[in-house]
Amino acid sequence: MDIPVLKDISFSINKGEFVSVVGKSGCGKSTLLYILSTMDTDFTGDLLIDGESTHGKKEKQLAHIRNEKIGFVFQFHYLLHEFSVLENVMLPGLKLGRYSNEEVEHRAMERLKTLGIDTLARKKANQISGGEKQRVAIARALINDPQIIMGDEPTGNLDKRNSEIVFDVFKQMAEEYKQTLLIVTHDTLFAHNTQRIIEMEDGKIIHQ
Amino acid sequence: MKYSLIIKIAVALLLARWKQTTVAAVGVTFSITMFIALLGFMNGLNDLLDGLILNRTPHIRLFTEVNIRQEQPIHHQEEFKSGHNFIHSIKPTNSRQAIYNSKPILSTLAEDERVLGVAPKINAQVFFTLGTIDITGVINGIDPTAEATLFHFNDYVIEGKAEALQTVSNSIILGKELARKALAEVGDIVQVITPQGERFSLKVVGLFQSGIQEYDKTQSYASIKTTQKILGKDSNYLTDIQIKLIDINLAPAMAIEYAQRFGTLAEDIQTGNSQFETGSFVRSLISYAVGVTLLIVAGFGIYNILNMMIYEKMDSIAILKATGFAGTDVNRIFIFIALSIGITGGLLGLLLGFLVSLGIDQIPFRTASLPTVKTYPVNYSLFFYAIGFTFSLITTYLAGLLPANKASGIDPVIIIRGK
Ligand SMILES: Nc1ncnc2c1ncn2[C@@H]1O[C@H](COP(=O)(O)OP(=O)(O)OP(=O)(O)O)[C@@H](O)[C@H]1O
Ligand SMILES: [Mg+2]
Repeated sequence: MDIPVLKDISFSINKGEFVSVVGKSGCGKSTLLYILSTMDTDFTGDLLIDGESTHGKKEKQLAHIRNEKIGFVFQFHYLLHEFSVLENVMLPGLKLGRYSNEEVEHRAMERLKTLGIDTLARKKANQISGGEKQRVAIARALINDPQIIMGDEPTGNLDKRNSEIVFDVFKQMAEEYKQTLLIVTHDTLFAHNTQRIIEMEDGKIIHQ
Repeated sequence: MKYSLIIKIAVALLLARWKQTTVAAVGVTFSITMFIALLGFMNGLNDLLDGLILNRTPHIRLFTEVNIRQEQPIHHQEEFKSGHNFIHSIKPTNSRQAIYNSKPILSTLAEDERVLGVAPKINAQVFFTLGTIDITGVINGIDPTAEATLFHFNDYVIEGKAEALQTVSNSIILGKELARKALAEVGDIVQVITPQGERFSLKVVGLFQSGIQEYDKTQSYASIKTTQKILGKDSNYLTDIQIKLIDINLAPAMAIEYAQRFGTLAEDIQTGNSQFETGSFVRSLISYAVGVTLLIVAGFGIYNILNMMIYEKMDSIAILKATGFAGTDVNRIFIFIALSIGITGGLLGLLLGFLVSLGIDQIPFRTASLPTVKTYPVNYSLFFYAIGFTFSLITTYLAGLLPANKASGIDPVIIIRGK
């Protein structure tokens, strides 16, 4: 038997908006994010990214959309320990293949600099702290200049100080670079500092 | 899609687990080494045994035999035509052992495109005179050049030179055992008597050892011209025409064809020597079976290491997919890992197999019946190396296919939710 997790979800996010999603545990926030990210295709209805429908697209095409238009930050950093910090940031850029290897490397360094961790570039991904790892994950999400950055409790595993650093990074992205952000969070303080809050309950949006 | 990126990721994963990958590659190396060494050795043996008989046997032999005429005078008598006549003790009269029209047959064969070469031969029964006793023997009148190129005659001449048959007049090469009985050495003169009673002196210019002792006891070789002279026959006199074909498999059919066309008897190589082919086939089959079995075991090794890698690298696969790598990219990464294990292991195996073959080739192996063989025989045919390498590629690819498909099918949402 199929039990729908989400019901009657309809909303849109404008370019340059910094939006947070809040709600009780189990209300469907992550599910919503995975659907928006094109990774979860098990839903009815349609999802438009950059005005384009994702309905009926092949796995490969969806992968390309994620690569080009969506940046991810999860609760866990998911860095590849076989690679250096710099290489981890470069990977999605190399996959996109829009820029040469040297340019991708240059862009990766720029982003690491913006996040204040350019000194770690040559370190192995497992030789840096948790807070630093999460910032590397953000740099990786930014490498292809995505249309939107999605985060599923990106500060969930961090202490207060590191959470603030990450929040400041997001805020800077939104204000200076007009980066669109959609961040799921349990942190009310975090949410209240964003431009718009989407509140969910039992698979529905009750306030936006 | 850029392959350099896929290769980069694959190499990183390989290096992260280099011990296990090395073990997997060593498995492939071991099986390919065994495969090459075994096939090389077995086929060396095959060649050796083939050489013993098959290389020296013409693919088709044209000859005539003393035959009794089917038509007898009684058949022409009107009064006996109606009944059945029993005739006993018929004797052949004036029959020839020579092939009729040998010259035209030779020129026809020379033009036949299926024929690799032709060597005419005269079979002459003689007696070798040793003091007061005569022993029976055979002089094979041959063309030394044709005999050497087609039937490796020179390999069996253990003393003297085969070419001397042509350069020295009235010369002969004796079988080793025959020479021992006649107390003859190279340079000596031996006496022969033909069945017609003609006496002849021949100079020994060489000795040969065929590997079959019975043969060496009675056989000897002289040039065609010398043999014709001994027998007192003209230059058309030939008793056998030995034919070597380009494709040995055509021999049975062509033997029938030639028998009809030339009016001689024709014998093909397969009729008399089928057991050799069976032996060769079984030896090859065993080598292939062992090689393939080893490779399958090695394949399981690769399958294991890949499965382990995928299990360990779930997170990495998930994030690769989340950040835009398609299932096919992930698939290629793991196929690349499998193939690089197969290629490295396979190439090393070819090299080691070659070295082991060289080693086998050094082991002394002497047998009186095979004068040219000093060490164990090994066949270095590139074909086995090609087959071995192809097998290693196929097995590693198949071993990598299932895990790679599993990896490409990983749903990142499930992994990420699980954290
Ligand atoms: N794989 C699954 N199969 C069936 N139900 C699932 C699955 N994953 C999640 N759910 C259900 O879907 C609902 C929404 O889950 P979701 O993970 O989206 O909640 P969430 O709002 O992100 O919660 P949290 O704040 O704890 O992360 C929950 O009731 C959960 O039990
Ligand atoms: Mg959640």
